[in-house]
Amino acid sequence: MDDLIGEFITETSESLAVLDLELVKLEQNPNDQHILGNIFRLVHTIKGTCGFLGLPRLESVAHAGENVLGKIRDGEIIVTPDAISLVLEAIDRIKSLIEHLANHSSEPSGEDQDLIKRLNAFADSNGATVAAPTAEAAKPAEKFIEPRLDGMFSPAEMKMVSSTSQDAMDELERAFANASSTIEGGMDFTKAPDTFLIPDAAPEPTPAAAPAVLKPAISEQAKEKAIKQGLDTDAKEGGAHGANQSIRVSIDVLENLMQMVGELVLTRNQLLQVVRHREERELKGPLQQLSQITTELQEAVMKTRMQPIGNAWSKFPRLIRDLSMELNKKIELKMIGEATELDRQLLEMIKDPLTHMVRNSCDHGLEQAADRVAVGKPEVGTVTLSAFHEGGHIIIEIKDDGRGLNLERIKQKIVEKELATDAQLEQMSDEQIMQFVFKAGFSTAEKVTSVSGRGVGMDVVRTNIEKIGGTVSLSSAKNKGSTFHIKIPLTLAIVSVLLVETSGQRFAVPQLNVLELVRVGGESENKLEMINQSAVLRLRDKLLPLINLRDVLKLPVPNNANEVNGYVAVLRIGATSFGLILDKIYDTEEIVVKPVSRVLGGLDVYSGNTILGDGSVIMILDPNGLTKSLGSLELAKDDSDEKAAALAKEKLASFLVFRAGEGAPKAVPLELVSRLEVIQASSVERSGNDYVVQYRGDLMRLKTLPDMLIPSEGAFDVVVFTYDNRTIGLVVDSITDIIEAPLAIKLTASEEHLLGSLVIMGKTTDVVDVGYLLKDLVNDLSHLGNSAPKVSGIKVLLVEDSLFFRKLITPFLADIGYRVHEAASPYEALDLVESMHGDFDVVITDIEMPEMDGFELASRLRANPRMARVPIVAFTSTVNDIFKQRAIKAGMDGIILKTDREALLMEITKQLNTAREVA
Amino acid sequence: MSGALTTTNAAALPVLTTGAAQQEFVTLRLGEQLFGISVLAVQDVMRHQPIAPIPLAQEVISGSLNVRGRIVTAYNMRRRLGMGEYPNPQAIMMVVVDYQHELFALMVDAVGDVLSLPMRDFEKVPANMDASWRGLAAGVFKLDGELLVILDVAHVITLKAKDAA
Repeated sequence: MDDLIGEFITETSESLAVLDLELVKLEQNPNDQHILGNIFRLVHTIKGTCGFLGLPRLESVAHAGENVLGKIRDGEIIVTPDAISLVLEAIDRIKSLIEHLANHSSEPSGEDQDLIKRLNAFADSNGATVAAPTAEAAKPAEKFIEPRLDGMFSPAEMKMVSSTSQDAMDELERAFANASSTIEGGMDFTKAPDTFLIPDAAPEPTPAAAPAVLKPAISEQAKEKAIKQGLDTDAKEGGAHGANQSIRVSIDVLENLMQMVGELVLTRNQLLQVVRHREERELKGPLQQLSQITTELQEAVMKTRMQPIGNAWSKFPRLIRDLSMELNKKIELKMIGEATELDRQLLEMIKDPLTHMVRNSCDHGLEQAADRVAVGKPEVGTVTLSAFHEGGHIIIEIKDDGRGLNLERIKQKIVEKELATDAQLEQMSDEQIMQFVFKAGFSTAEKVTSVSGRGVGMDVVRTNIEKIGGTVSLSSAKNKGSTFHIKIPLTLAIVSVLLVETSGQRFAVPQLNVLELVRVGGESENKLEMINQSAVLRLRDKLLPLINLRDVLKLPVPNNANEVNGYVAVLRIGATSFGLILDKIYDTEEIVVKPVSRVLGGLDVYSGNTILGDGSVIMILDPNGLTKSLGSLELAKDDSDEKAAALAKEKLASFLVFRAGEGAPKAVPLELVSRLEVIQASSVERSGNDYVVQYRGDLMRLKTLPDMLIPSEGAFDVVVFTYDNRTIGLVVDSITDIIEAPLAIKLTASEEHLLGSLVIMGKTTDVVDVGYLLKDLVNDLSHLGNSAPKVSGIKVLLVEDSLFFRKLITPFLADIGYRVHEAASPYEALDLVESMHGDFDVVITDIEMPEMDGFELASRLRANPRMARVPIVAFTSTVNDIFKQRAIKAGMDGIILKTDREALLMEITKQLNTAREVA
Repeated sequence: MSGALTTTNAAALPVLTTGAAQQEFVTLRLGEQLFGISVLAVQDVMRHQPIAPIPLAQEVISGSLNVRGRIVTAYNMRRRLGMGEYPNPQAIMMVVVDYQHELFALMVDAVGDVLSLPMRDFEKVPANMDASWRGLAAGVFKLDGELLVILDVAHVITLKAKDAA
């Protein structure tokens, strides 16, 4: 692209952003000549440059806009929302033209007569004409509705290199002056550049003159002026941040500089270490000097990456204005701490999450004016953005004074979405419950508006913030409002880490994740306790699951290891915390994170590596990766690694946890349990070898696990399973809880009543094989002739990702005489079809499976000539019209509810008969 | 013959410049065998340095070390080639190679001269060479009295998911 045009696009994009802000301000302060003058000048510049560069469309729109502004300036038209909307419309048009120009290096074809005519008519009639229908006025806002979470840069931004602010330039100059200054070094660094941070809209050095010419370095005079203005002007009144001058430095140059400074720091550190042990006086002086200059150079270079957060906020006034029109609410935006600086890269990355949260506050948080008045609040709702530094982090808060979160509604939603059970919710604090808002698919909005409420967004917000090492949380009080708190590191490049040691090897843990350090064992009052091979720490009356770093990393146990002596670092990721068992804890250190080698890509326990001050290389642990071992430590030792991995992929399931007999707690999947009952021992009767009890007008057989007896007195708990209108009760000692856990089951074949074990909340729990319990019942049923007629040799392919359903259905079908081949996933099914040469008589498949659903499987099977005519029956937990239609489309022959095994049998028989007839 | 060979290998072998009549190789020794790496890929040759192990990494990865402010991943070449332990760990030499802008240190028994060799003496890997070696070699030079196996840096560095883990 032409250099001139490139310059023009960057500069105009900046001016347009300023215009948005200034116009909104003008609307609020219609008589402010200063703002008006600034607006007029900016538009005039755009117009002039367009004419110079030969861009007729842009020029004519800008010209018409300028006309209206000219009349406003001359007092012939008064500032009204209509007038502002019309001018904003012109600005939006210019924006879209510029965007096209950036992408295609030319103006789009077409013309803007409609808009120009309206602008001119408005100007000619001195504001009497209605600017545009209100619907249209709101239109430009739609542009903002779709969050741009994917691509963060507009084309114009992408084309251009970073723009560093004037102060950053000063920093650079200073840094270089610094580096070249030798022993003297007597420069005054205490003169903090902060005074530059809020440059005024600076009416004098306008960007008007020559967009194509790179701004020369600013003279001392101009600097003084800037300082003066910075001091003189109230930040709130003056802040048009985009209007400051800048030089453009390629990001590559900055990154390179950054990298070299990083290496300089490391070399300096090594040098210091060498000299520390020597008594060479003449070295010490210059070295100390070198050290100080290096530190300052590093800080200065870091500064060049820093930008005020106001840059990310600059579009919010316009956004709020558009939203308040669209939502018909009165909203005021307050911004505090716009000058707070953070890394350029981070700034880009939080722009979209912030936009989403602001929009969310306006839409969900704030009430309609009438509702506000009704509860005694001012008519105008306030959204407050604030930013400040706190211990190496930047805290950003988005606060509204709206109705607050509806906790009951959230709870209801949590249960509805099966994210937690009532029992679990009761244990949670209000704060914990609120954090569910960040879960995927969660929206408490009663109605979905175009602004928000589609249930996507908050989880993306959280993911994006966590990606840059930050955290986000939410607090709220009824009718007082809600606040989002975001905590992010100042820069991605340098992080503070805690150095720790295990088995003689050092590692770094990001300080951001460390909550506290606890000494355990020895004389300490904190003791590690074991619950069935899982270590826990009792910390202030709460049980904290522990991970031993040595085990996770499979490090050798040192000979002199004293298991009870050590440290626990309490780490927190999102809402979960856990303890990491370590041998030693050293200091914290600021480090430059470097990515791990790509040949280590598969190791998720590391988030990076770095070189420490002493020159050694150290791995940075990723707490997120470490937690993965929380539930699977047991699995890691298992031989059947692959099986375990496959099972671990299965989705979360709810388990009923109970105690029965000796050993570990027991669990059964909740979906198989029909009821929980308390039975009086006195009501138990004996029938043959079985114990039975009168239950709901029928006899219920009672069963126990092998090492347990049915109590002869008192009352006991019974877990009731229902099967084909028959019931069976499992006698247990006590019901513990209902818990959601991943189906990461370690299969054991040792005891036939157990399916295997899994780790629930850090405890190994035996999973009872319900199929085993029901086996007798199935036999019973077939003896009674109550079941389908016996068949033989019919081959069934059962595709089902849930182990429990496989375990349930296979014996059931096998009992009748079907030969069942199980596949745990559609891919496994396709492989099986391949290896068996399609020799199946009927396929039964689940619909909702990870990786590939049942519909796609059916389509793929149908594409195989051998399987083209084999009946396929869908077996699913929900049957609705959409599913039915999709099933037919995918070539399925029937769709049956999972709970109805009888219907399944009938369907299979029917399909087999049909298939035979056709053949 | 040799001309055609270099062309076919060119894609897999950025270290061999097609067309050049002479090429230079850093020679190194592992056990009895002489190996060569294109001088263009080699950044540095150093004595053995302390290596920080990386737990859970694949067996051929000895760990990482700091070479002039850059983090370099060290490869145990004896394990990579299935050769048993280093006879004299103190004498290990490291050949630092650049592969796709990342540095790797190949730990070898000894480093020899840089040889400039005529491409006409270059032959493709003999068919009967051990399968585990064949994947790592680009070809062979016939020297006086012994054979020089040219290592394909890309294949040496790239580990399969479960390679020797």
